[in-house]
Amino acid sequence: MNAPLRKVAISVLVLFTLLIVNVNIIQVVRADSLRENPRNTRILAEEYDRERGAIVVDGNEIASSVPTEDSLTYLRQYAQGPVYAPVTGYYSVIYGNTGIERAENDVLAGTDDRLWVRRLADLFTGRDPSGGNVQLTLDGATQQVAMDALDGLTGAVVALEPSTGKVLALASTPTFDPAQLSSHDPAAIRAYRESLDDDQITNQAISERYPPGSIFKVIVSAAALSSGDYAPDTVVPAPQELTLPNTATTLNNFGNDPCDPSGQQSLTDALTISCNTAFAQLGIDLGEEQVREMAEQFGLDDEGFEMPLPVAGSTVGDIATAAELGVASIGQQNVVVTPLQAAMIAAAVANDGSLMRPYLVDSVQAPDLTVVDQTDPEEMSRPVSPEVADQLTGMMTSVVENGSGRRAQISGVEVAGKTGTAENAGPDHNWFIGFTPAADPQIAVAVFVRNGGGTGGDLSAPIARQVMEAYLGQGGG
Amino acid sequence: MVTPGPGTDPRASAAGSGPVPKRRGTELALLGFAVLITMAAQCIVDITMTGSLTSEVATFGAWFTALWLVAHVLVRRFAPYADPLLLPCVAVLVGLGLSMIHRLDIAGDQLGSNSSGEDAPVQLLWATVGLGLFTAVLVVVRDHRVLARFAYTLALVGLVLLAIPAVLPASISEVYGAKLWIRVAGFSIQPGEFAKICLIVFFAAYLVDKRDVLALASRKVAGLELPRGRDLGPVLVAWAASILVLVFERDLGSSLLLFGIFVVMLYVATERASWLIIGLLLFSGGAFVAYQLFGHVRVRVDTWLDPFAYADEGGYQIVQSLFGLGTGGLFGAGLGGGRPDQVPVAKSDFIASAIGEELGLFGLVAVILLYLVLVERGLRTSLVVRDGFGKLLSAGLAFAVAWQVFVVLGGVTGLLPLTGLTTPFLAYGGSSLVANFGLVALLVRISDAARRPTAPPAPTPPKLTDAPTEVVRP
Repeated sequence: MNAPLRKVAISVLVLFTLLIVNVNIIQVVRADSLRENPRNTRILAEEYDRERGAIVVDGNEIASSVPTEDSLTYLRQYAQGPVYAPVTGYYSVIYGNTGIERAENDVLAGTDDRLWVRRLADLFTGRDPSGGNVQLTLDGATQQVAMDALDGLTGAVVALEPSTGKVLALASTPTFDPAQLSSHDPAAIRAYRESLDDDQITNQAISERYPPGSIFKVIVSAAALSSGDYAPDTVVPAPQELTLPNTATTLNNFGNDPCDPSGQQSLTDALTISCNTAFAQLGIDLGEEQVREMAEQFGLDDEGFEMPLPVAGSTVGDIATAAELGVASIGQQNVVVTPLQAAMIAAAVANDGSLMRPYLVDSVQAPDLTVVDQTDPEEMSRPVSPEVADQLTGMMTSVVENGSGRRAQISGVEVAGKTGTAENAGPDHNWFIGFTPAADPQIAVAVFVRNGGGTGGDLSAPIARQVMEAYLGQGGG
Repeated sequence: MVTPGPGTDPRASAAGSGPVPKRRGTELALLGFAVLITMAAQCIVDITMTGSLTSEVATFGAWFTALWLVAHVLVRRFAPYADPLLLPCVAVLVGLGLSMIHRLDIAGDQLGSNSSGEDAPVQLLWATVGLGLFTAVLVVVRDHRVLARFAYTLALVGLVLLAIPAVLPASISEVYGAKLWIRVAGFSIQPGEFAKICLIVFFAAYLVDKRDVLALASRKVAGLELPRGRDLGPVLVAWAASILVLVFERDLGSSLLLFGIFVVMLYVATERASWLIIGLLLFSGGAFVAYQLFGHVRVRVDTWLDPFAYADEGGYQIVQSLFGLGTGGLFGAGLGGGRPDQVPVAKSDFIASAIGEELGLFGLVAVILLYLVLVERGLRTSLVVRDGFGKLLSAGLAFAVAWQVFVVLGGVTGLLPLTGLTTPFLAYGGSSLVANFGLVALLVRISDAARRPTAPPAPTPPKLTDAPTEVVRP
C-alpha cells in the first residue's frame, strides 16, 4: 500500500500548493484592486482613524475633521455644507465618498505620493499621520450667490476665470447636506440618504448633459467667421420660415416672428435676436464638417475629462442629413452639453480664442500648510483666432445690449453673452452664457435652468448678472 | 508490504544502535513554543483592541497551558513513541483560533460589525472537552487494531449520526439552509463531524478485508483495468450515501468530503488508479445532476464563478472575505488592526480569511503549512506502521484533514465553491473541535505503534531435535 500512499502524500502537497498559489494571487497580485474596490469599506474605516485633511476655499475650511469620542476617531464636518455640496461631495462610512472627497482622497487621507516627505517624518517621529489639505479655486462669495440665485430651481451655474481655467463657482441645485451623510450614525445616514431624490445628489453642472439650444449659435458663428467667408456684418438669409432640405418640415423662429422684414440680416443682428432660420441655413451652408470641427475645438468632442471631478463628455451627436444639420445648428437635434462645457464656450471667446483647461484644485498642501503642489493653467485648445474671438465678443456684446440678453446687463460694465431656450420633452430649458468685462474678461459664466419654461433671457440671464456682479463687486480677478 | 526508502523509517537509523528515541522532550519544547505564540497573540489582541491587559489573559494562559501539559503527560504515559509533531501543530492551530475568536468577540460592539458574543471562553471549554475525548481514546484504545473488530458497529453509528439531522424537523436541525445540526437546549452539535471518524474506521477495516478481491479481479477495457461489476458495490454505496447527504441535508461540503475520503482510501487499499477515475466520473455525474436539480447548488456554483456579480446576495460572504484578504496583503493589518468582523460568520466558516487579513499572506501560509505538516506526519505514520488496518486508518484520517482543509480554504479564497465545512482546530464550533481531538488521538495512537520498536522475539524453546538426548531407562 505504500506506493499509492506516497502518491497521496504528493497529491496533498499539490493541493496545498494550489491553496498557497491562490492565496498569493489574492493577497499580492489582486491586493490593490481588492483594497481599492469601492465596496470595500475597510480602507474608509482605517481612514477614519486619522485626521483627514481639509478642503479649503479662500482660506476657510469648508470640510474638516474633528476628533470624536466614538470608535471612528474623527468626524467629518462641513461648514456651509449645502452651498459646497456639489463640489465637496460627501464622505460616508456607508455610501463611500464622492466629489472632491473622492477625487482628492489620496491627498486628504495622506496617502498621496506628493506627501511622502511628511509621511517619512511621521514614521520617525511617531506622530499620528494626518492628511494634506486641498485648496480649491472657488470664490466663496460667487459660489454663495450662485447657489442662492438657483434656490428653488433645478439647475446649475458654472463660473470660470477665462485666462486660467480656474473654476470660480460650481453650483448645482437642488442640493443636500453632506454632513448628514458623513455622520457616524448608520441609521441616520441611511434615513437621510433615502430621503434624498436623485436630483439632489446629481451634479447638474458636470454630470448631466442637456440640449444647448441657441447658445450653440456662438459655435456656428465662430465656424462662419473662421471660414473667412463671413464677417459680423455679412448679410445672411433670415426668412420667417425655413423648409429643411429634402423634407416637408419647416423651421420657425421663436414666437414665429420674422427675423427681419427684408428676409435677410447681418450675422450680428441674427445672433442678437437669435434668429433660428438664419443659423439653420448658415450651418447647412457651412457643412457638417466645419460645424463639427469647430464644436470639437470648443470641447464638444464626446470625451469627458477630470478637473479632477469627472465631467461628462459633451457632443454634437449624429447628423445624418442636411435637415438634421440645420436643426443641430440651432443647438437641438442630438447636440448635448454640460453646463461646464457651456461656460467653456464663453471662456474661450473671452480668452482671445484660447480655451484653458478648467480646474478646481488650486494647490495641495501638507498638513503644516506648506504647498507641495500647485496646479499650473494649461491650454486645452485654440478654437478661434484672437481676431475672430474679438468679432464674436462684439456680436455677443450686442446680444446683451440690444437683444435677448438684456437682463444680463450690469451698469457701467460691458457684458457679452448669448441666451438659449432649448426644447425638450418637458418645459424648455433655459440657458445663458457670457463673460464680463467685454474688453478685459475676468469671469465667464454659464447658467442653466432645467425645464424653467421661460426663455434663457428671462430666467437665466438675471442669474448670470448676479453671479458676475458678485465677482466683480469684490474686485475679483 | 513495508518497503521504506532510505531515511524514511525512523527505525532504520535506530536499528541496531540502541533504543528508538521517543522525542517527548521535543514535543514538550514545541508545545511550549505553541503556548508562547498563543499568549503573544492574546496579549496583542487585548492591547490593540482594548488598550489594556486584564487578569483574564493570565487565567486563559494558565488554562491553555494546563491543557497541553495534560495532553503531553498523557502521551508520555500512554503513547510514548508517538510522533512528536502532531500535538504541537494542533496546539498552535487551536491557540491561533482562540485568539482570533477572542479578537472577534471584542469587535462585536463596533460600528458595522457582523460578530458578537463571548465565544472564546466557550471554545476553550470545548477544547477541554476535546482533551477529554483525546484522553478517553488514548486510555481505552491501547491498540488501534482492536477498532477493526467494531467496524460494522461503528459503520452503523456513523450512518445514524449522519442521518439524524436529515430526519429531525428543520427547526432543530437547520442552520443557514443546511440541515446538519442537532440543536437542543442551547447546544448545537454537528453529528457529521463524529460520523466522519466512525466511517473512516469502518472504511479502513472493510477495505483491508476486501482489498484483494477489489484489486485483483478485473477486466481490461480501453487500456484501463476496470473492476468487475459486482465489485463496484461499495463505491456505489458510498456514492449514493454522499448524494443522499447532499439531497436531504443540503450540505455540499460533507458530501464531497466523505466521498473523497472513501475513494482515496479505496485507491490506497487496492493500489488501482482506476478507482480514482471511476470516483471522479461518479462525482462529476452527481455534481452535474445536482447542479441541474438543486437551486442551492446552482447558487453556490454561480457565485463561485463570479462572486462580484452577486456581491449583495449570495456572493456577499466570499466578496467580503476576498476584501479582507486583499486588504491584509503580505504582512496583514496586525492582530486587532483589520476589520475581519465585516465578513459574516468570521469566527467559524471564514476564520481563515480573518487570519489572512490580520496576519497577512505570511500568517495564512504559515497556517496552511502547519496543516501540511500535520497531514504529512499522519501519512508518514501510515507509511511506517506495520499492519494494513493501521495503514489505511491513519491514511484516511490524515487525508480527511487535508481534504477538509483544502475544501474549506479553497472555498474561503474563491478557489472552489463555498461549502459549509469547518476549518479543523481553528474554527469556532464544539463538535468540530472535539471530533478533531478524537481524530488526533487516533493518529497519536497509530504513530505510537508505528515507531514502537518491535518487541525482541521471545526466546523460543529449543527444538526437540536439538535437545540433548535423554535416555529413558525403564
